[in-house]
Amino acid sequence: MKQYRKKVKQPKQAMGQKRSRLIANIIIYTLLGIMSVVWIIPFVCLLFESLRCESAGLAGYVIPKQWGFDNYIKLLSDSDMIVKFRRWYLNTFVTAIFTAVFQTIFVLAMSYTLSRLRFKGRKFLMNFMLILGMFPGFLSMILLYKVMSWAGLVGGPEQWYLLFFQGSVPGLVIVYCASSGMGYYVSKGYFDTIPRSLDEAARVDGANRFQVFYKVIIPLSKPIVIYTILTAFMGPWGDFMFASYVSTKSKFAYNVAAGLREITQATSIGTRYTMFCAGGVLVAIPVTTLFMFLQRYYVEGVTGGAVKG
Amino acid sequence: MTRLTDLEYLQLGRFKKFWYKFRMFWIVLFPTIGRFFVNIWKKITRGFWKVIDWFKSIYTIFAKGDWKTRLSYVIWGFGSYCRGQWLRGLLFTLFEVLFIVYMVLWGGMWLRKLFYPGHIGEVEVYYIKKVIPGIGEQKTPVYTDDSVQILLMGLLTLSFIIAAIYTWYVNIKQQKIAEEILASGKKVKSAKQDLKSLVDEQFHKTLLALPVTGIMLFTVLPIIYMICVAFTNYDVHHDGRTSFFSWVGFENFGAIFTSNTGAASMSATFGAVLLWTLIWAFFATFSNYFLGMLVAMMINKKGIKLKKLWRGVLVLSSAVPQFISLLYISNMFADSGLINGLFTRLGWPTVKFWTDTQNPNIARVTVIIINIWIGIPYLMLITSGVLMNIPADLYESARIDGANPWQQLVKITVPYMFFVTGPYLLTSFTGNLNNFNVIYLLSGGGPDNTTVAGTKVGHSDLLITWLFKMAIGQENDYKNASVIGIMIFVIVAFLSLVVYNLLPSNKNEEDFS
Repeated sequence: MKQYRKKVKQPKQAMGQKRSRLIANIIIYTLLGIMSVVWIIPFVCLLFESLRCESAGLAGYVIPKQWGFDNYIKLLSDSDMIVKFRRWYLNTFVTAIFTAVFQTIFVLAMSYTLSRLRFKGRKFLMNFMLILGMFPGFLSMILLYKVMSWAGLVGGPEQWYLLFFQGSVPGLVIVYCASSGMGYYVSKGYFDTIPRSLDEAARVDGANRFQVFYKVIIPLSKPIVIYTILTAFMGPWGDFMFASYVSTKSKFAYNVAAGLREITQATSIGTRYTMFCAGGVLVAIPVTTLFMFLQRYYVEGVTGGAVKG
Repeated sequence: MTRLTDLEYLQLGRFKKFWYKFRMFWIVLFPTIGRFFVNIWKKITRGFWKVIDWFKSIYTIFAKGDWKTRLSYVIWGFGSYCRGQWLRGLLFTLFEVLFIVYMVLWGGMWLRKLFYPGHIGEVEVYYIKKVIPGIGEQKTPVYTDDSVQILLMGLLTLSFIIAAIYTWYVNIKQQKIAEEILASGKKVKSAKQDLKSLVDEQFHKTLLALPVTGIMLFTVLPIIYMICVAFTNYDVHHDGRTSFFSWVGFENFGAIFTSNTGAASMSATFGAVLLWTLIWAFFATFSNYFLGMLVAMMINKKGIKLKKLWRGVLVLSSAVPQFISLLYISNMFADSGLINGLFTRLGWPTVKFWTDTQNPNIARVTVIIINIWIGIPYLMLITSGVLMNIPADLYESARIDGANPWQQLVKITVPYMFFVTGPYLLTSFTGNLNNFNVIYLLSGGGPDNTTVAGTKVGHSDLLITWLFKMAIGQENDYKNASVIGIMIFVIVAFLSLVVYNLLPSNKNEEDFS
């Protein structure tokens, strides 16, 4: 029946309509093509400029005259006075790992409780956190910075093995994770989609609430758990505001974002711009790959995911 | 004017429909804002009556309780011991002991220093005199009180007091409940049952303990602290150690609104920055939204191949950490960067994108345009998701009814999108009000405008970047930073609450389907 309807429709359609659709498609393809180029160009230029060897400052052209990995080598060695890229990378990496662990625990605990458990003050808590989120986050940072400087959790120790115990890394981990419970929305949304019948079946079988959480819900929530872990891991790599404030201009305390920005300041960009490009590439590659990997879990996690029936 | 029924509305011509909708929007707007304030007033009065009830209950529990309950007013947890709930009793008594010890030893002192007349802090500085042979007498200053510390400890003491009052009240209520349970012949929970319930009925307390404590200590306390700072004069000249800061009441707020020293005054700058923040948020949000929707529709269109490729390219550009893209693009537009290099080679004049103080709007427009580059991938993804979920039979039936593609777009796609993404638009708008990274990393606040109270402000500074510059700058202008922070909160809260109630997603659900 369907095919018959189509055949009848064809001669009725004027040829003009088919042609106008073709023209529309051509326009769209051109636009999409131009857009793809425009969106990719900055990264291509970034890559090229990082391979430039003949000058190290801002230049008005893209294609290097001399190609080479000099900038990468200079970046990764510790020879430069203000650029300690290896240390920045290590700082950010350690921050990210610890943040991933603790933030996940806090966020999952908060979102599960708000999603599943009913208790007095639940609505109040949710509204309270909503209002709290309307304050600019940096405001609380001003006091926390003072307190952390009393505790020695700002700035950066020169020896790398000390960074676990003092300086900006533990400070930032604490700041990121302590209030991370406020970011429960996505996980809560996911938990909401798990049918309560599973909970009730488990409780009928005699499980207490903790066992329900641990044995039933978590195994079903793999997408959202991985999503939370990866989001928590990727956060510290891109944070500029808090990291730069907590670093007190100490070159050992920066994370990659604050450090790379320091390089682009007017005083040093003349001789270090290409190093900045190299640094950008070195940070972009792992984080982007992780993000693309995360996409899969994000799509599963946020659009409800599959619940084994 | 009267509300038209649906039938009458559909009979109007196109212009009249638009005019009707326009008038209805304004007619509805003011009652909505009015209702918003009335709701707040109602909540306040309800809170007031709750406080009265609270006092009443304290009295009635005492009056109706037995001697064990009454003694618990003074010795917390006493009644619990008598009734066999030793764990609860122990916790209560411990809390009471800790509280009294703290207040006697330290609490009183912090409160005294906090409310010291004139400034926060008692003993300023005394000097240690040393006689050094060859140089003479040398005075070394020893700073004792630190206003920053006193304010913090004072606030902690006040919160401790509030917590203690709350715990005392819980203690009384528990006695009353336990008394009633025993009177009706049932058993009270033993200590073991209490512990077990922590993983069952009380599991929420176990799970929430750490996260909520973290939020209290690391978000709520600092925010209350900074709100207090807005009423002091804490900056680099009154840093609390070399010179105390003191309570100044609404003086800082007054300066924001009524400063009178011309263009470099606080209020003029505040007005200018606020205006630009609102304009920026508006353009940033809606340009991304409509262009993102357009791109999503283009990619989603039937007959376009390689959908995954187009989406993938855009997503890739959003996958790179934002600060790298922003820093690099910022340098592309620098005075001697790639774009100007291109201009020079084409024979065009160079453009000072970020530093042109004669034409500050160049920086502003560039920032908006680059923000489109940043934002379209996200918006494209979100709107794609929604677009793909529009039930196809809506379009089918429209086509059968003879609608051409343009009508389908306007009557089906756009209303559906607005309905589903309305709340997202609101959060996006408030998010852009505080979009620190894009502005700061791209233009650094833009061509410098003026210096107000020691901090340089630029033409493309948002309230939040101004706040950052105030805090991190040399003047350490924390008092004004706090005032700006509070202003940001007021604006965001007002917009969120009012607009959320105005959005069609809340009412008119029948209209939609």
